[in-house]
Amino acid sequence: MKELSLNILDIAENSAKAKASLTEIYIDETGSRLTLTIKDNGCGMSKDTLQTVTNPFYTTRTTRKVGMGLPLLKMAAEMTGGSMSVESKWEKDFPDDHGTVVTAIFNKDHIDFTPLGDVTESICTLIQGHPELDFHFRHTSEGKVSAELQTAELRLILEDVPLNSYDVINWIRDYLKEQYCESEKDAE
Amino acid sequence: MKSLAELQAIKDRMKDKVILREGSSDVRVVVGMATCGIAAGARPVLNTFVEEVNKEGLSEKVTVSQTGCIGICQFEPVVEIFEAGKEKVTYVKMDAEKAKRVVSEHLKGGKVVTEYTIANNA
Repeated sequence: MKELSLNILDIAENSAKAKASLTEIYIDETGSRLTLTIKDNGCGMSKDTLQTVTNPFYTTRTTRKVGMGLPLLKMAAEMTGGSMSVESKWEKDFPDDHGTVVTAIFNKDHIDFTPLGDVTESICTLIQGHPELDFHFRHTSEGKVSAELQTAELRLILEDVPLNSYDVINWIRDYLKEQYCESEKDAE
Repeated sequence: MKSLAELQAIKDRMKDKVILREGSSDVRVVVGMATCGIAAGARPVLNTFVEEVNKEGLSEKVTVSQTGCIGICQFEPVVEIFEAGKEKVTYVKMDAEKAKRVVSEHLKGGKVVTEYTIANNA
């Protein structure tokens, strides 16, 4: 993947496939460390599945929903001296509180760090493809929020107008871009 | 700054349109957005389709949606076009520029861009 934002899009697609009604995407930058957390309330995975998700060679076409996504994120993190972990509660074992949390830690100063890229575009793409699901996105830098979006909040205003209406997606894109611009100005 | 009031205005403007549009689109553009597609550049392809379909005033007729792995990863980004009563058209190795051409020539003009189809790239 050329940008970490593409890994984010890819991993969050797994959450949508796991029928998560809410997917939370958090990026935190503190010093040279970037922490990416993708947390969902989807169906989760069994212990056996969980053990194989980061090994691409354990996957076959019939278990396609795992595939290369997590191994690629793990590689991207480990290349910088960081790490990735996956925790999951399977709905069969935890009927009331299930889901998956993927956490990846990167060292931004490492020469092999993949640039974050266009996160706004990934968030817009996710909402475009899954207007019925909720996403909570928050990007913090040195303790300050640089951009945040909660689709549940927007849904209250939009009522039955779909989140992936063209004008709405464009509004979301501009809304996030403006937040990033403002936070850059503040940093200067 | 973009405000929630602006979103409210969008909603008020859209409300009537939504009812009109339900079930009326007869062309479906489907972009493969699995790991293989995303890594090969499907994100700008999808977003170009969304933008161009709206710019060309085709949004009543055409819906743009996403799917998982179509199974031909070496040809990603892959775009399939389904139209009632017609055979499916599969475009391969797409990019934003090619997507623009498919919108104007195929979706608007009704003529398949054969040089981008899988039959001419396999």
